Amino acid sequence: MSMDRRRFLEVAGLSALAVAGKRGFDALTDGGRAEGATERRPAARWAMVIDLRKCVNDRGCTDCIAACDRAHNVPHFDERAHEVKWIWREPFEKAFADHGSPYTEDAFKSKSLPVLCNHCDNPPCVRVCPVKATWKRDDGIVMMDYHRCIGCRYCMAACPYGARSFNWLDPRPRVKELNPDFPTRTKGVVEMCNFCEERLAKGRAPACVEACGEQALVFGNLHDPGSEVRRLLRTRHAIRRKPELGTGPNVYYLV
Amino acid sequence: MSDRGLIVGGLVLFLALVTLPLWFNVAAGTTSKLPELTLPEGKDPFGTAEYMRASHMDLLMTWRDEVVRNQERTVVGLDGKTYAKSLTGTCLACHVNRATFCDRCHDYAAVKPTCWECHLEPRPVQRAAQ
Repeated sequence: MSMDRRRFLEVAGLSALAVAGKRGFDALTDGGRAEGATERRPAARWAMVIDLRKCVNDRGCTDCIAACDRAHNVPHFDERAHEVKWIWREPFEKAFADHGSPYTEDAFKSKSLPVLCNHCDNPPCVRVCPVKATWKRDDGIVMMDYHRCIGCRYCMAACPYGARSFNWLDPRPRVKELNPDFPTRTKGVVEMCNFCEERLAKGRAPACVEACGEQALVFGNLHDPGSEVRRLLRTRHAIRRKPELGTGPNVYYLV
Repeated sequence: MSDRGLIVGGLVLFLALVTLPLWFNVAAGTTSKLPELTLPEGKDPFGTAEYMRASHMDLLMTWRDEVVRNQERTVVGLDGKTYAKSLTGTCLACHVNRATFCDRCHDYAAVKPTCWECHLEPRPVQRAAQ
């Protein structure tokens, strides 16, 4: 087949136009997907709402913390440098450092509240993990694979909430009561709250939520407009920890 | 060649000394002794004994990744029943004694799996051991 220069340029130009046109058409029409495929939207987006009016943590209640520690074999170290925390209590002015003023009500100044991993929409811990030992699931849970963690602690440096702990020592002898249904961790790995994903898989609420006698902790699906968490967030004023950082925390506090 | 006797004698002595551990084991009868494992009754729903002996670690690693990474928590066994992908929940439900099943063979083969550094034996096994 013979082809002169003019003919060649015509064909090449038309081909390039066709390819570009197809791309543009796909971008505009949201095409390029398999036929009949609906938008892939995860069924759930888990979140927690903590009602500070109901929570009696400042009166010494630690039911949620104890239940979590039992369920997940969380060790207890007296030395602060070694402590391991999944859900723990924090004074209001520390948890919400930006919410205070010199005239903050005494009620809030003396208030302490339970804090835990916020299972962020945009988790900085996940971005920095060099081995993908931590990642974000479709349902919003920031998950951790202890098998894979190399203990570099980048995630701990990245988390603005201090929600991750490192096992400097063998944690097993420091677990009060071993629960054989959940593994312990080993020396040299980072651990954190997993939103009780092992219980959610069985259709049960997280251990802390179940343990709260005041029903101050509410767990639910943000994608379900009829869920209890959505109802509470519709009707009450809720604050989150450090939302200005752009992490998109998913633990809400009703004040 | 007046040293022939000395040389041959020395070689024989050397060989005898070098192979002494082998003779020692033959005399003690430990060379062909495989570990005695306590086996449960019935058929393993996940594969033959040969497959399990060679590849149980691959199976466990695959299960681990599927559960932790993809939330695929159940598997249908060869018997058609559904099982949880769980070392402590499913495997040890039948292989109830870790010490006389897992450990004995691992000791024999001189391998050190890290499973038990984190995972805990299920309750009935602990009770039986106490």
